[in-house]
Amino acid sequence: MNVLNLLIAMPGVLTQGLIWGIAAIGIYITYRILDFADLTVDGSLCTGGAVCIMMLFSGYNVVISMLAATFAGMLTGLATGIFHTFMGIPPILSGILTQLALYSVNLEIMGKANQVINVDKYNLLVSLRYTKGVSIYKNSIFVMAVAIILLVVILYWFFGTELGCALRATGCNDGMARAQGINTNFSKVLGLMISNGLVGLSGALLSQYQGFADINMARGAIVIGLAAVIIGEAVFGRWFHNFGLKLIGIACGSVLYFIVLQTVTWMGVDPNWLKFFSAMIVAIFLAIPYWKDKYFTKPTIKEGGKNHA
Amino acid sequence: MLELRNVTKVFNPGTVNEKIALDNFSMTLEDGEFVTVIGGNGAGKSTMMNAIAGVWPVDAGQILIDGEDVTKLSEHKRAKYLGRVFQDPMMGTAATMGIEENLALAKRRGYGRTLRAGITKKEREDYRQRLAILGLGLEDRLTTKVGLLSGGQRQALTLLMATLQKPKLLLLDEHTAALDPKTAAKVLEITEYIVNKDHLTTLMITHNMKDAIVHGNRLIMLMDGRIILDIRGEEKKKLTVEDLLHKFGEASGEEFTSDKAILG
Repeated sequence: MNVLNLLIAMPGVLTQGLIWGIAAIGIYITYRILDFADLTVDGSLCTGGAVCIMMLFSGYNVVISMLAATFAGMLTGLATGIFHTFMGIPPILSGILTQLALYSVNLEIMGKANQVINVDKYNLLVSLRYTKGVSIYKNSIFVMAVAIILLVVILYWFFGTELGCALRATGCNDGMARAQGINTNFSKVLGLMISNGLVGLSGALLSQYQGFADINMARGAIVIGLAAVIIGEAVFGRWFHNFGLKLIGIACGSVLYFIVLQTVTWMGVDPNWLKFFSAMIVAIFLAIPYWKDKYFTKPTIKEGGKNHA
Repeated sequence: MLELRNVTKVFNPGTVNEKIALDNFSMTLEDGEFVTVIGGNGAGKSTMMNAIAGVWPVDAGQILIDGEDVTKLSEHKRAKYLGRVFQDPMMGTAATMGIEENLALAKRRGYGRTLRAGITKKEREDYRQRLAILGLGLEDRLTTKVGLLSGGQRQALTLLMATLQKPKLLLLDEHTAALDPKTAAKVLEITEYIVNKDHLTTLMITHNMKDAIVHGNRLIMLMDGRIILDIRGEEKKKLTVEDLLHKFGEASGEEFTSDKAILG
């Protein structure tokens, strides 16, 4: 167990964490803001990666390829949105249906189960190769940090607009939202599209970073994203109350998650078990607020409404 | 202002739980009328409200608001004509959003929502003044999350939200039922003030007969999805709880047995 080995891996871990941070922010939008547990991401992350790689192969530049990946991600969100709003299928099942359908779609996009891209032949935005020994502006950590800040600024603005507020209201209380004239079905579809667009973008970055897109690359994406959201909220929630800071906190949560994962692997845990531990960690973190409520809340006597009118 | 023509709504049709909630229900509300609605459990009061608000489609009949047929209009589209306050204080507001954000949501009812700012500085000043009129000290807590407010505060806020854009019709669905008597009185006082100030056509469900008599200029009583009593003008002014109980017995052929309705 050489600490140096762990440290050497850190720049890569940091980049990976930030890339997944974008997916985590997308998942935050559905899970927390829209109150919609969206499993589409277990397919759409791969869709984003596949579209990006295939576009690059076809000679498009990296920016266009990533925009296409984002757009493809948005389409997957649209599909889930239609399943849920137009066809009345419950949220989780809607996501699972899209996810399953995407397995075929992703195979069709890639033509086979995985596609490798050579960083020397294509001009990529991020890569494991760019995490050390390159100029700061080309360094993937820097690029990703800037990307996240940019993204947070845009989302901060968006959720302050009329449309963004309508989306938040829909997630918080959809009956009230409708009573205030908000088309909640539209809000849900829009939220799912934004979320999966970000997840697709994250997949596009991830496939560049690791140098390949793989049919299984999105497996468990929802759990990783939720882990990032939960860790981000647990660690930074105390200080980060502002919406923008909360999003930054989630990106940081994603980085922390990958640091923990790397550390566990470094300690000699069989990588095959990593998904198991990820699932357990998320399960426990999800249980904590429930346990707190059930076992650790002292019964309180509610005050009368005297001065509370 | 509002017209219901032969509206019928059946819940769980074809099952043992079949319930005719509205039975060929017709009613017309004139402009500026303040109608109080009473009736026992399952009489169809809330069903009538939800039918007007478009929570679900009705089985038969027509609903017209200010002459426009809204029967086929979805809930969020009808919202442009309606201000609604619910029985449960949690239902009318978005708990995780601030007071001013909730008001700003209501301010945009009936208008398209675009990428313009969700709330402007000018609006904030307006909200501050309107909140000050409520006398609940909310004007200094514009950014407070609504989830932190008491039930009474939330109902008062919901009332303000419902009337921020002057609605063609104000629907109050037992909006004081979940409050303690003193808070309920305060919310009713605010209701009376807002309705009079803006001359709002109002439909108010209440389980309290006294409130139903004191407030408004017309009273209807529902039973089994039909109107069994409709009193207005001078006749309503002279009405007492005893009269109501008597009329209820007359109209329905049975005693009005709900203690809550008598004592509430």
